Amino acid sequence: MSAKLARREHRTAWLFLAPLVLVMLMVAVWPLGRTFFFSFTDAYLDDPTVYGMVGFANFIEVIEDPTWWNAVRNTLTFAFISVAIETLLGLGIALLLNEAIPGRGLLRAAILVPWAIPVVVATKIWEWMLNDQFGVFNRILISLGVIDHGIAWTASSSLIMGVVIFVDVWMTTPFMVLLILAGLQTIPGEMMEAAEVDGIPAWKRFWSITLPLLKPAIGVAVLFRALDAIRMFDLAYVLAASNQNVMTVSIYAHDRLVSFQELGVGSAASTWVFLLVALVAIILIGALRLDRSAGN
Amino acid sequence: MASIALSSVTKAYGTHKVIRGVDLEIANGEFVVFVGPSGCGKSTLLRIVAGLVPASGGQVLIDGEDVTDVPASKRGVAFVFQSYALYPHMSVERNIGFALETLRIGKEAIRSKVDTVARMLKVDHLLARRPRELSGGQRQRVAIGRALVREPEIFLFDEPLSNLDSDLRMEMRIEIARLHETLKTTMVYVTHDQAEAMTLADRIVVLNQGSIEQVGTPLELYQAPANRFVAGFIGSPRMNFGTVPVGTETGAFVLPAGLVADAAASGDRQPVSIGVRPEALSIVAADAGRMSGILERVEDLGHEHFAYIRLSDESIWVVRVAGRPPTERRNQPVGLSFADADIFVFDAEGKRIEHRAAGPTPVTDAGEGRLVHER
Ligand SMILES: Nc1ncnc2c1ncn2[C@@H]1O[C@H](COP(=O)(O)OP(=O)(O)OP(=O)(O)O)[C@@H](O)[C@H]1O
Ligand SMILES: [Mg+2]
Repeated sequence: MSAKLARREHRTAWLFLAPLVLVMLMVAVWPLGRTFFFSFTDAYLDDPTVYGMVGFANFIEVIEDPTWWNAVRNTLTFAFISVAIETLLGLGIALLLNEAIPGRGLLRAAILVPWAIPVVVATKIWEWMLNDQFGVFNRILISLGVIDHGIAWTASSSLIMGVVIFVDVWMTTPFMVLLILAGLQTIPGEMMEAAEVDGIPAWKRFWSITLPLLKPAIGVAVLFRALDAIRMFDLAYVLAASNQNVMTVSIYAHDRLVSFQELGVGSAASTWVFLLVALVAIILIGALRLDRSAGN
Repeated sequence: MASIALSSVTKAYGTHKVIRGVDLEIANGEFVVFVGPSGCGKSTLLRIVAGLVPASGGQVLIDGEDVTDVPASKRGVAFVFQSYALYPHMSVERNIGFALETLRIGKEAIRSKVDTVARMLKVDHLLARRPRELSGGQRQRVAIGRALVREPEIFLFDEPLSNLDSDLRMEMRIEIARLHETLKTTMVYVTHDQAEAMTLADRIVVLNQGSIEQVGTPLELYQAPANRFVAGFIGSPRMNFGTVPVGTETGAFVLPAGLVADAAASGDRQPVSIGVRPEALSIVAADAGRMSGILERVEDLGHEHFAYIRLSDESIWVVRVAGRPPTERRNQPVGLSFADADIFVFDAEGKRIEHRAAGPTPVTDAGEGRLVHER
């Protein structure tokens, strides 16, 4: 391509990107900038116009707070375990749905239902189903003879993280299935047939052909889910409000900002959350080579 | 080395019958080509042999052994696809050697086998590349190499050359013929290309709507087609057909008395239509031929010319003129002449009726039956 042509293409590309850049500036950069600014002040939420600059004091306050580190631990545990389960489960279900089984179309539609229900609604439904006295879950376990009295799933401090992960898996596995299924369908059927005729055993076909070709799709899905999981707020908050056992970094920031009205410290916590998300994103993109697989 | 036998093989998708009872024996080391119009079931039949599509009925035997229920991976056949179906994330070397990885023969053995095959197919300088960095012809060579390296008993090709341009197609065609001569492996080959079918095949199988119309050497099919369908399908441009007027003398062509007598002798079958190949026709003065019409159009291909002649019944016959282009002027009446021996006679069901004037019965020996056309 001639240099002139390349320049013109560049200009056109920027022209197309301009509206997006503008919207991004308004909805992302502006609020982020405000938050960043407030994190260096001692402002309170009741009157944000009155403030003094305090330097890095707010950032230091947050990282000296054991509650913050507890929230970081919770968040990473939750993100890691739930995304791992969702990926494996999503891959398994996608592989099944990709086979020519009867009723496949219906199954594909049905599997999307949990994803379509709003988080708050789904969480409330599960809270009720897991209720120690009226919950259908305990009822089934008791009638099966597994337990003899109802378990307070959402009240027990040792079980609640498990419940949060479980509900998240239930809600977002469909998303994984969908993305991986889309990836599976781009794998040409004749190529798999060629491998079959060539006598390649099923496990090797999966391991050496399907999985490498699915890597970009799985990578994107994992990235989306991981960033989502690290920002997670609604599920844990609806289920357990500010319960220490499932408090995520977002809930921590919310507590400081809204419950305690500390605009400065809350903003600093939010900035830390932002940095945490950015860090995970960079690590994942690097590890999965997503930037490269997109190009080829 | 292996033979293949199909016995009343059928295939239906729902109520749609795609293969309607095919019986076929393919001898050890034979090169068999499937031809037929698009959608007639060639690929389906080939996939049934490979085990990629389960037959709805009938049996598939390889070397006399019933493999109808044996999965594709255990049949020991190799399949070359029109789309090449290479693994995009593997180098050419790994693409070719991939099937050997499960054999536990060691890395060195795999490498040397891959090297041999790659050199044979002239892709040894491309071993480090990915499939997307290859041209179409190179990809097809790699696909053939992938089949070759396993030293299979049976090769199945589904239109392997149709994505290539005509020069490359001819080159690869010769290479596949050479491959068959050296390996002497049983090969089944699906194609749309007449030249490929005629030059490669020991025997050609003509399929139509899921049934076999005729099986024979290329020369047999060309000289003694069993019916009107085969007569029209083999040969290019296709055979000219005309109807035979019953008993009356009209302006159209009237069957010579000798041919009528032969037809009568062949049972109670009435000749209903005739066919003459474009290469058996010659253009003569309007009143000198056995038929006449208007010269509508001439296509010049350089070494040969196709003249299109509109007959009195509005049908168009093609004449192949070799060498110099026809000198007759367009939109002028011309005559057509041809020998009795070149007339194919068909009955009401389209079956060909033998007549004495026809040429000698072609040689049926598979080895000598190859036809080299000067097209
Ligand atoms: N999976 C399928 N489901 C339903 N019908 C099918 C399926 N595969 C093939 N068919 C039908 O079977 C018939 C034969 O198909 P096939 O692919 O064998 O044709 P073909 O002779 O190879 O044609 P072509 O020369 O165009 O490749 C076609 O009518 C096709 O529509
Ligand atoms: Mg086909």
